[in-house]
Amino acid sequence: MNTRPRLDFRAKSHLSYFAYACHRFSGLLLACFLPLHFLMLSQSLRGAQGFEQSLALTDFWAFKFGEWALVILLAVHLAGGIRLLIIEFGPWHGLRKGWIQISILFAIACGLLFLYFAN
Amino acid sequence: MGQAMNQGVLQAKLWYAQRISAMVLGICVAIHLVIIFYAIRGGLNAQEILGRTQGNILFAFFYEVFVLACFVHAPIGMANILQETFPKSGIAKPIAGALGLFILVLGSAAVLGVYTGGAI
Amino acid sequence: MTLSNFALEPTFQLRPYNGVMSNSDLKVKVWRGAQEGEFVEYLVPRNSNQTVLDVVTYIQRKLDPTLSYRFACRVGMCGSCAMTVNGVARWTCRTHVSKIVKGDSLEIAPLNNLPVIKDLATDMREFFNKWKGAVGFFKGDKTRHDDFAKVPPESKERQLANAGIECIGCGVCYASCEVVESRPNYLGPAALNRAWTLTNDVRDVQQLERMRAVAGDAGCHACHSQGSCTEACPTSIAPTASIAGLKKLVARAAVRGSKWGKL
Repeated sequence: MNTRPRLDFRAKSHLSYFAYACHRFSGLLLACFLPLHFLMLSQSLRGAQGFEQSLALTDFWAFKFGEWALVILLAVHLAGGIRLLIIEFGPWHGLRKGWIQISILFAIACGLLFLYFAN
Repeated sequence: MGQAMNQGVLQAKLWYAQRISAMVLGICVAIHLVIIFYAIRGGLNAQEILGRTQGNILFAFFYEVFVLACFVHAPIGMANILQETFPKSGIAKPIAGALGLFILVLGSAAVLGVYTGGAI
Repeated sequence: MTLSNFALEPTFQLRPYNGVMSNSDLKVKVWRGAQEGEFVEYLVPRNSNQTVLDVVTYIQRKLDPTLSYRFACRVGMCGSCAMTVNGVARWTCRTHVSKIVKGDSLEIAPLNNLPVIKDLATDMREFFNKWKGAVGFFKGDKTRHDDFAKVPPESKERQLANAGIECIGCGVCYASCEVVESRPNYLGPAALNRAWTLTNDVRDVQQLERMRAVAGDAGCHACHSQGSCTEACPTSIAPTASIAGLKKLVARAAVRGSKWGKL
């Protein structure tokens, strides 16, 4: 005896849901990261040297990877957020699937730009 | 009925606040991304950061607006997620409140820090 | 095969099933039971132009008369035959097996988010109660002694109302909505869509009550625009759009007031 089936991945395998999931996931991670980011920057209150010492922590490769991931998350969240604002405040022209596709490209572009500039 | 309506008004206002702050953030994040790409060329150190931000009132103003928009936007989003994932736990408000506090205090400290360069 | 042969072919053939599975049989898993139960597999002869409703009908008439399911018009205008087919809510009379079959398998379950009465029939009372709860019904203040209301069809309100007016209450959007699943009180896309069309009905006199009904935890602001409702709607209505309209209306009313009063 089983419990009746519920909504599963098959009901969610469409582009608009994917956009929602990315937006929610990126938002959650950014919200968790933001206080840390501010904490690091507030070390600047210690003056240039104190700041430099705190920043030295970020030379660790995990931090570098995290920074790159965060730029991508920010790009994803920005693009998804603008899509929501257009859906909620703009004229209705469907679920804006073209926009989702451009957003994915935009996020990839941001990731690549970061790698290009950081090196 | 009265209480349900107060809830309704509150939900509507929170939604509105989150969307308005989202519009502000849309602009701030776009500008921030450009700044970041510009600044990280050839690596980034404290000297370089402070060199650009210290004494720069425009920078300070822009980033404080950014912090305030985050302070409105993030806790509301977090509260929604927590309320939906853990509906009867009652943790949505306290965690969202804590997040808001961290963002406001640490964010403003960060803006103050890079503006003054520690010279206060 | 000539064109006339093809045209005369019935949608499913009354072939006697002699217990030998042929290559052209469908393996159809159907939910049997209620909230508790299991998927039971049936072997159904495959035909061209076969719809999922044909498959369910075949099972009930030829293989297992105890199967419970709903249908009425079987031509895609009543919405009674809505079920979950391979995980997605659809009108079974308008779903060709060839379009959605996975190899030779089908999975048919009752609509999600609604209590199951038996097998493929769900209890739709909560769906319609929420429709009422969102003040999804019309009330005017004219009588037969007044002149006709004159509503220009090209007016902005009428166009907005028309965009959502074709809803027949089939429940597919409700069954596809993740927010309905996670928030039992959420009014749902159909009720909110209907509320929006009535918000744009200039003859209706309950606008303030309607706005109050769709505000709050269980109302329009709980929608996250996943868009599953809009994807699933067989009448091409976009509840996402209607709910977006309600969100703006209610938010403005909460902050600034509306032409019908402040929330």
